[in-house]
Amino acid sequence: MSDYKILNTRAPRVDARDKAIGKAVYTDDMTRPNMLYAAILHSPLAHANIVNVDTSKAKRIPGVHAVVTSKDAGIEPYGVSPARYDETIFCHDKVRYIGDEIAAVAADDPDIALDAVRSIKVDFEPLPLVLDGERAMDEGQPLLHKQYKNNVCAQVHWNFGDIEQGRRESSIIRTDSMSSKMQDGAFMEPQAIIAEVDTSGNLTMWSSTQAPHYVQRTLAMALKLPINKVRVIKPAVGGGFGPKASCSTAELAVCLLAMKTGRPVKMTFDREQVFLHSRARHQFFHTMTSGLRDDGTIAFLEHNCLLDGGAYASFGIATIYYAGSLLGGPYRLKNMKYDGYRVVTNKPVCGAQRGHGAVIARALFEVQLDRMAEELGMDPIELRLKNVMDTGETTCNELFVSSFGMREALEAVRDSAAWKKKRASAGKTRAAGKGIGAACGFFVSGAGYSIYRSKTYHCTVVTKVDEVGGGVLVSSGAADIGQGSDTMLAMITAEELGLPLDDVRVQSGDTNLSMDLGAYSSRTTLMTGSACRDAARDVKRKILNAIAGRMSVPPETLDIKDGHIISLGDPIDFSDLRDEYLKEHFGFSDLPDSPLLTFREASRIAFLELGTVIGTGSYRPPKLGGSFKGAAVGTSPAFGCSAQVAEVTVDLETGEITVDKITGAHDCGFAINTTQVEGQMQGSMMMGMGEALMEQICYDDKGRILNANLAEYKIPTSLDMPHLDAIIVESHEPNGPYGAKEVGEGAIMPVIPSILNAVYDATGVRISELPVTPERIAEALRKKRESCG
Amino acid sequence: MKRIISLTINSVLYELAVEPRRTLLELIRQDIGLTGTKKGCGIGDCGGCTVLVDGIPTFSCLMLAIQAEGCEVETVEGLATDGQLNRLQEAFVEHGAIQCGFCTPGMLMTSTELLRHNPNPTEQNIREAISGNLCRCTGYQKIVEAIQHASEADNE
Ligand code: FES
Ligand code: FES
Repeated sequence: MSDYKILNTRAPRVDARDKAIGKAVYTDDMTRPNMLYAAILHSPLAHANIVNVDTSKAKRIPGVHAVVTSKDAGIEPYGVSPARYDETIFCHDKVRYIGDEIAAVAADDPDIALDAVRSIKVDFEPLPLVLDGERAMDEGQPLLHKQYKNNVCAQVHWNFGDIEQGRRESSIIRTDSMSSKMQDGAFMEPQAIIAEVDTSGNLTMWSSTQAPHYVQRTLAMALKLPINKVRVIKPAVGGGFGPKASCSTAELAVCLLAMKTGRPVKMTFDREQVFLHSRARHQFFHTMTSGLRDDGTIAFLEHNCLLDGGAYASFGIATIYYAGSLLGGPYRLKNMKYDGYRVVTNKPVCGAQRGHGAVIARALFEVQLDRMAEELGMDPIELRLKNVMDTGETTCNELFVSSFGMREALEAVRDSAAWKKKRASAGKTRAAGKGIGAACGFFVSGAGYSIYRSKTYHCTVVTKVDEVGGGVLVSSGAADIGQGSDTMLAMITAEELGLPLDDVRVQSGDTNLSMDLGAYSSRTTLMTGSACRDAARDVKRKILNAIAGRMSVPPETLDIKDGHIISLGDPIDFSDLRDEYLKEHFGFSDLPDSPLLTFREASRIAFLELGTVIGTGSYRPPKLGGSFKGAAVGTSPAFGCSAQVAEVTVDLETGEITVDKITGAHDCGFAINTTQVEGQMQGSMMMGMGEALMEQICYDDKGRILNANLAEYKIPTSLDMPHLDAIIVESHEPNGPYGAKEVGEGAIMPVIPSILNAVYDATGVRISELPVTPERIAEALRKKRESCG
Repeated sequence: MKRIISLTINSVLYELAVEPRRTLLELIRQDIGLTGTKKGCGIGDCGGCTVLVDGIPTFSCLMLAIQAEGCEVETVEGLATDGQLNRLQEAFVEHGAIQCGFCTPGMLMTSTELLRHNPNPTEQNIREAISGNLCRCTGYQKIVEAIQHASEADNE
């Protein structure tokens, strides 16, 4: 049992009541006085030269206030990684995917804006398309961007250890492949934006973003504004999962229209635009060769990867690095070779999505381990247990795991899911079509480096004590996108200051408040949590110093507990301070009635002594990573790990898969909030299950998305989802606040392979193309029957 | 041509002029200003816009405002009494059924109706009832648990 009062509990989220009552304000819920509405002209063609854009008719429509194109926006390139700035606000020379943005309009109402957009006349000169990622690098393929030779926008070549040595040591060597389809984030809240410029030229944008700071930088750069004149505010956000982590054309366009018109401008994506803008999961093609020694030790991994990332780079460089680097764990693997290519094609742009870059690579490797375990005649969990790393080890690509509950997690799911019993019943008592499978995962707990090269602090937190006494206000730039970071900040502050949770208010998600890189790479609890803890301690020290000064006792003899100042030494008579407090609160109804000095009194006295009491904290990771090229991606102050067991039933006629149960265990270091850790795990299970079994963007031969809606792009419903069992493992991470590290993304890692391994256990067929739809299973079963019969 | 309609929303009578093609969702969110009801898709795929119309869970994005003439509409804002959350809302808060909260209003309305006609639902009843309400955050586990808890509490 921990000694914490607030941490490690199931405290309800600080924003839950407002959300339950319909009061939480999301961007689309807001209006500003005299507001205009924007619409964007998207390209109807996937690849074409722009010959002419004629906006004259649109400009004449009554109610239209501005029409902007690349002529107004300029053609300065921007993007996510400075090394690959390849987007402009609007297309000027050519369009590269269906949905690429050509122009935008601001008008009195959304209908007029849409009419105006439709009346913009664009002359195109169609170009041949590159739609097949696997062929994008071929000789003679059209080029999307001059600077990307062979359509390759990033490549990685790594060689750690000695692959040949690994080969020689192996008694089993296998080569397997797996591919996936592009996916959509499918967060429930479509992106929405409002921008407004005041008379001094200060631009404020409200947006459903995950990363206010990066968006602020991109707005300033692309719109050529002094960065201090740009403020980004994130209201309540209805999920992000990665795709909302970079600045979008829509954000830039709406700001530009607000600057042009001098009026507030709003735009909300419809669901089709969410799909067109995408920035979600890449399409992956992996091939892996790995070997086992006869005792089951993993000897080497040779890994080739191709990513189809759509028309622009976006996060793609990081994606291709992550796809390789995160196989360095959670197993001891001395020899690893990786060759990765990220290509561009004429499709919507892919970016980061939960488990950035690593999900399908993990799926294939975990499937391959199962296949080798089978060849070796070893239980797949035993094989994994034999290979898992322990705390204090370093991977071959120089990732140091400072805490690591991998073994505990694996044992926990094995025992909780009665693995041994269920596995042993295979072919005997088990009903036909039932299967059980396991897998592990490994993920960063916050990217070790910011996206742009800088010594920047990754976050700062400012905690201010109410001058009137009583509560504290925590200010942070961190982005609560539904994962619960505001609650984490409130809980840490309340714990440190010995206050009830109710006396801590959190304001966040605003670039005016503090520096924070935002919600991505599962960084917020470890990084912003650390800064928040330090800010609270700073506040506490100042208050106790002030009180100790007044009482002429050493500050170390005082503490705050349950909202009261307590003496650790001899009892202290605080009655002078109380008199002082009472005198100025004549007529108040909430006067202190405790014999002890309350925090309310102490914080008021501290203000009278010191002026406003402010505590600050900041966090920057230590220098991490090796010296090889690209070593920065994949580094992290800590690593999360997880294990899962999936149980499925497959209809051997139709191929229909029912997931009966998922049991997952995740090492989050220390659960700041138990309910929310489980919630992240369960959400990951759902997203992973969707990716394994049903989610895929389908294109026609023109590059058009055929299922840009939530009916035909299927995500799991409550009926698809089984009971989800979430087991928390706490390994106490030395670099995290109170031992905490990530859970938001790592928990998705084992989901897909555990399901795939269970499907194999149930059917005896392996599917190497995701998602594993009933058609694919039925087809594989049919082939198997034919070859046997 | 706008038409004058009257309807009740959360027991308040409204009379207003609406375009025939205006949806009930637009009326609720924009004309009345009750923004608790959410638009996740606008085409009947997500359930975010679910309200009760004469007691029946309805995707308000698929219903024209003029069709609601004379109807009694309930939205998420109507669940609490004097700012006090009802049992179902409390259960959602206590049991971690709310993450980003965007699906929450629709989930609450659908499950409100479920508990009205079936105060003691099985887990399968609950899963069936909310299967038209998508949630991308929770995996549904804690939502199902919250509804179960609310129903048990109701039966105490
Ligand atoms: S907004 Fe009505 S169902 Fe999605
Ligand atoms: S809580 Fe985010 S969609 Fe349900």
